[in-house]
Amino acid sequence: MYPVLAHIKIGDGIVLLLGSLFTGWLTVILWHGGVADKAIIRSGGKIFREVPLSRDQVIEVPGPLGLSQIAIHNRKVRIAADPSPRQYCVHQGWLKQAGEISICLPNQVSVELNGGNKQYDSLNY
Amino acid sequence: MTASITEHQVQAANGKEDENSLVLLQDQSSTSDRLSSIPLSTTEADHHIARMAALALGLSVLEAAIPSPLPGVKPGLANIVTLIVLERYGWRTAAWVSLLRVLAGSLLMGNFLAPGFFLALSGALCSLTVLAASQHLPRRWFGPVTHSIFAAFAHIAGQLLMVYFWLIPHAGLVYLVPIFAIAALVFGTVNGLIASHFLNEPRTGIVKT
Repeated sequence: MYPVLAHIKIGDGIVLLLGSLFTGWLTVILWHGGVADKAIIRSGGKIFREVPLSRDQVIEVPGPLGLSQIAIHNRKVRIAADPSPRQYCVHQGWLKQAGEISICLPNQVSVELNGGNKQYDSLNY
Repeated sequence: MTASITEHQVQAANGKEDENSLVLLQDQSSTSDRLSSIPLSTTEADHHIARMAALALGLSVLEAAIPSPLPGVKPGLANIVTLIVLERYGWRTAAWVSLLRVLAGSLLMGNFLAPGFFLALSGALCSLTVLAASQHLPRRWFGPVTHSIFAAFAHIAGQLLMVYFWLIPHAGLVYLVPIFAIAALVFGTVNGLIASHFLNEPRTGIVKT
């Protein structure tokens, strides 16, 4: 066995460790999404409200079919109720990461999470 | 008139530094009113740098044959030479070797002044900048592995900045950063270990004649 450790001095070991930590940190930050800090709620294509995720609340958004309920809980957001026939946006469930979006097309309501670091999907990349 | 003076100087130069001058163009049969040769006076240090750059060049050509999963992810074996030169002959010589290798390498690969050349150049310049600082770290605790890791990270940082600001100004590039960082860490460490191995070997004569 070649004595690899003989070539790694104390400082080298520290640099190696810091480099590993730095790389790990980069990977976590860049691959596991930015932390979302606000929800952008749109109705009919226009921004209805921008709400921070820090406070749990339920917001009612009017659309052509009726009211959509958007719930914010524990820094997550979901569309809790919607008059749309197929309920796709409700079934999408909780949104956690920045860049995630849930759209209720028939009622023209959408909620998008926004944060400092926007996540990109395969379309962008 | 001018020509004869030049001829005279050429002969003087040839006589003085016969061994170290390189005659690029030699035309003995020409008449004396034409410049017959252009001597390029070189010193022993120049030859030394050229020899080491040629060695680095050989390694980069060798590594061009290794398939890579992602353009830009490669071992950077030529940097082993840069590290050894840095340790033995100082930063100035290392900078010469590194930049000459980038220039000659691009001529050899046929991408001189193409994007690949500028990427290699920005990477090399960033590495050299970082090495200029890291070489002052106390030698007792920090060896070639440290310099190699720092240089590798500086190299990808320089390249990615170049790519972002010039070639692909798109935030989607950040997705590739972890891959480059992992490659820099692994290859930086391995190259540092190889350089350290050669530096500890008293018989290593690859850069000295």
